[in-house]
Amino acid sequence: MNNLMHYKWRKTKNIIMASLCFISAIVAIVPLFIILFYTISQGISSINWAFFTQMPKPAGETGGGMANALAGTGILILIASCFGLPVGIFSGLYLSENEGSIYAKSIKFLVEVLNGVPSIVIGVFAYVVFVIPMKHFSAIAGGFALGILMMPLITGTTLEMISLIPHSYREAALGLGIPRWKTTLFVIFPAALKGILTGILLSIARVAGETAPLLFTALGNRFWSTQLDQPIASLTVFIYDYSKAPFDDWNRQAWAAALVLIVLIMIINIIFRFVTREKYA
Amino acid sequence: MPNVELLNITETADSNISNKKAENKKEKIKVDKLNAFFGNVKALNNISLNFSENTVTAIIGPSGCGKSTLLRCINRMHEEVSGTYEGIISLDDENIKDNDPVWLRRKIGMIFQKPNPFPTMSIMDNVTAGLRLNGIRNRSKLKEIAEQSLKQAFLWDEVKDILRQPGIALSGGQQQRLCIARTLAVSPEVILMDEPASALDPLSTNKIEELIFELKKSYTVIIVTHNMQQAARVSDYTAFMYLGELVEYNKTANIFTNPSNKRTEEYVTGRFG
Repeated sequence: MNNLMHYKWRKTKNIIMASLCFISAIVAIVPLFIILFYTISQGISSINWAFFTQMPKPAGETGGGMANALAGTGILILIASCFGLPVGIFSGLYLSENEGSIYAKSIKFLVEVLNGVPSIVIGVFAYVVFVIPMKHFSAIAGGFALGILMMPLITGTTLEMISLIPHSYREAALGLGIPRWKTTLFVIFPAALKGILTGILLSIARVAGETAPLLFTALGNRFWSTQLDQPIASLTVFIYDYSKAPFDDWNRQAWAAALVLIVLIMIINIIFRFVTREKYA
Repeated sequence: MPNVELLNITETADSNISNKKAENKKEKIKVDKLNAFFGNVKALNNISLNFSENTVTAIIGPSGCGKSTLLRCINRMHEEVSGTYEGIISLDDENIKDNDPVWLRRKIGMIFQKPNPFPTMSIMDNVTAGLRLNGIRNRSKLKEIAEQSLKQAFLWDEVKDILRQPGIALSGGQQQRLCIARTLAVSPEVILMDEPASALDPLSTNKIEELIFELKKSYTVIIVTHNMQQAARVSDYTAFMYLGELVEYNKTANIFTNPSNKRTEEYVTGRFG
């Protein structure tokens, strides 16, 4: 009898804990669905062809688009990649080559710290390095800030993906009398390339959604500009400006821009899933 | 009982002849008072032995006895895992430490326990990897060497129509022969094999053993193995190691039929290890 009681109590505990876990999982994804639902319902009405192709209209006039912000975000990501990718990849290679050495360990630690630095602080840094000497805001400053945000992410994935490559490949290559640097660059790196590519995609998705570091570096621009030494528009700053504006039409456009941004980031994530799925197939 | 079986295998006329020849052969690699370390842990203790040209030498012993470490000292792979050693190892009477490890490894190739063709390369690219990455660009030359190496590794007939397919698509035994072809392509003088057949099925093992027999005509082969029958079948000389020390080193026939050390006898008859 006592045994049966014990069994029932054990089963009940199991059900309680399992339900708690399930509810937590639901709670974790509910915000995502609310955000998606709200953004779509508010933003979808303002999305049309003009929104992607036209420039912002002066305050008071309705309509117009955010072509400059789309292009600006693209340019900013490009600048960030030019700076963040090589530095991130090569530092990841350095760390993986020298794993265990005191330099590599401390650099790895510092990279992790950099990864935890709030993006607005990095924006301030870019402000000091670029904006103050140039005496005006610029695309370069914004791209630089985003590049610094990208760097530790890329370093991290490069290191992680390379450490997944079995040591036996390195030994096989070295055993053939292939110099160390060629082994790393032509044998180990290609084997890790797919994983590194997905890391790059994820880091692009991450910086594409950054606003704070752009506010006082790239600033934003209501006009078409592709000049790197001039202020440049971006989707996130567009959302920031338009959502606090006192015009209903601008607010709607902010929602629409938010929707575009979310969809862009989701597309990148889907590509990421696709690439990784192939990898482990 | 295993003794009798081994006796039959090793006493074939063929291996007796090669043993006799071996006596006049040049000593290709000399190991003198070798002590090897991992950090502060001593893995090899005062090992001295010589390996003759165009012979197969088997290194046997229980797990952890240092046989792989000895092998990896010879092509300086031991140093790649931050190991160190004292003593002198020489190739053709030249201290291997006097030369760059990259040069040394082009003369001393290595085959690993697990087949490890490069995952991003085709069969063709795998075979020619050592040459391509050392600057040989001439396509027809590469092709010629690839074909020759694959033929030497008894793999050509199986892969000649699929040279562009990835190396990792082959079976385990084929992959190992691909790795051997890859090593042969850089034309080494010595080939080190670290349990080359232990991850393979009996048929593939058989092929690798036949291959080793062919290889010794032109190379010096040193093979680490857990499989005593394999040592008896393929080698001319056998070194028995135990706890980082060289216990006995002699002609294979002697090691298996008339070992002079008690521990050797116990090991080869399967009483420990």
